[in-house]
Amino acid sequence: MHPAPSIITFTVLSGLGFGLMVWLGLGAVDVEGWIAATFCLMALGLAGGGLLSSLFHLGHPERAPKALTQWRSSWLSREGILAIVTMLLFTLFSLIWVFGGVRSGPLGALAALAALATVFSTAMIYTQMKTVPRWHSPLTPVVFLLASLSGGALLAGMTASFWIILSLGVVLILDSVQGEGRFSRANGNIATATGLGKFGRLRQLAPPHTGQNYLLKEMVYVIGRKHAHKINIIGMTLAIPVPLFLIGVFHNGHTTFGLAVVSHITGMVLLRWLFFARAEHVVGIYYGKH
Amino acid sequence: MTSLPQSTEKSLGLVIDLDTCVGCHACVTACKEWNTNGYGAPLSDQDPYGADPVGTFLNRVHSYEYVPEDGSAPGVVHFPKSCLHCADAPCVTVCPTGASLKREEDGIVLVNEDDCIGCGLCAWACPYGARELDASAGVMKKCTLCVDRIYNVNLPEEDRQPACVRTCPAGARHFGDLSDPESDVSKLVTARGGFDLMPEQETRPVNKYLPPRTREETDILAPLLDPVPEAQGGFLGWLDRTLSKI
Repeated sequence: MHPAPSIITFTVLSGLGFGLMVWLGLGAVDVEGWIAATFCLMALGLAGGGLLSSLFHLGHPERAPKALTQWRSSWLSREGILAIVTMLLFTLFSLIWVFGGVRSGPLGALAALAALATVFSTAMIYTQMKTVPRWHSPLTPVVFLLASLSGGALLAGMTASFWIILSLGVVLILDSVQGEGRFSRANGNIATATGLGKFGRLRQLAPPHTGQNYLLKEMVYVIGRKHAHKINIIGMTLAIPVPLFLIGVFHNGHTTFGLAVVSHITGMVLLRWLFFARAEHVVGIYYGKH
Repeated sequence: MTSLPQSTEKSLGLVIDLDTCVGCHACVTACKEWNTNGYGAPLSDQDPYGADPVGTFLNRVHSYEYVPEDGSAPGVVHFPKSCLHCADAPCVTVCPTGASLKREEDGIVLVNEDDCIGCGLCAWACPYGARELDASAGVMKKCTLCVDRIYNVNLPEEDRQPACVRTCPAGARHFGDLSDPESDVSKLVTARGGFDLMPEQETRPVNKYLPPRTREETDILAPLLDPVPEAQGGFLGWLDRTLSKI
């Protein structure tokens, strides 16, 4: 699948923002006044910035409000609505916290729940794709949720982020190992795609067009697969062991968490790029890719 | 509305005969011609006369080769592919705006281009590569089953079928109601053992494909053209034995 920069930016940034909202909403950061305002603005800025970035990959961004209408069937629509509801709830929570000096427990919990639901919806957009077997796994939402909670916990400067990042690492490794075989386990091949399996061994003789097309560019993206393994290891290292080491050794401090955040986010961007780049769509079968 | 209808009154679709298709791509060009002039955004091309032409097409013809396990001669199958108007169309339910829809009256899967935001999610959801985002218009394009031909009373009756079907010089494409067991297309599917593409995706396509026929099924001369058996009697046998001795 084509790793669109706008979508990578969106999923990583908004994941961080909503993750931070969860911890702030649950009262994990005991601050007030301007420091509270800074945390709240960071969460809203990351989530909002991510959402804005997602608009750049649309053919018609000016029609985006129409995407809020089909929540009954569409995960993308649900994500849009939940994102807006979360931002509103969290803004209200922030205003009461910063200006009223009161952290409303129920409102914060509600905002945290809405933030988690938003990240879950984002993950379900990919998880629901039966056409991309690598994504079509219960592990996909787990990865997205833990990634969001890890990044949020790091931004919140929580020492407990150690355990959340550790669990993200375990799930990432599990998903990486298990994900390799998902395409072949999905049972689709050139025989089922053409229905001609009973006639013998099949191969593509000639493609339908000599040049590129939208399908090949969007869904049969192969650039970078050669280095997938290396990128996976680099991304994992930056996202998991480096922050674990920093927090494990130095426990706290702005420098520790600052470095951990930078390393973690860089790693997650690489891993999110890989999430798209190495996911294979079944339409590639028609183009002789399997 | 992007929820799928429980059932449709008709299931209009295509039956594509892989035995008869000669791979001429006439359906591809007829489709492009009709649908670039008809309703909605034209099917644009980028760099059409340059080094790397790219364009939007709603129908494409692949070619495959099969090599039989028994060592007999390989065969070539030309394989036209367009939207299959699935009963359980995954492209419809993922749409966030309601632009993607399946019609209750005839089962045609359409895109309302005025509502399409061009997010591309429906193209991801389709296992068949039936949807292409037009690079110029920024909206999703797909086969409409020539909805602006098949009901068009301004056209002569013989033209009220999809452009690809009307143009096919080999008669490899058939159009009709596949929910009616008495329709010509349904009878054809039963008689020839029509099948679904990628059944494991559970999309329940309306369009069906007919398998290539074996040589025995099509060629009345085939039995007479079999190679001469080794232990032949009579004149041919004598000739064979004599020539072998020289």
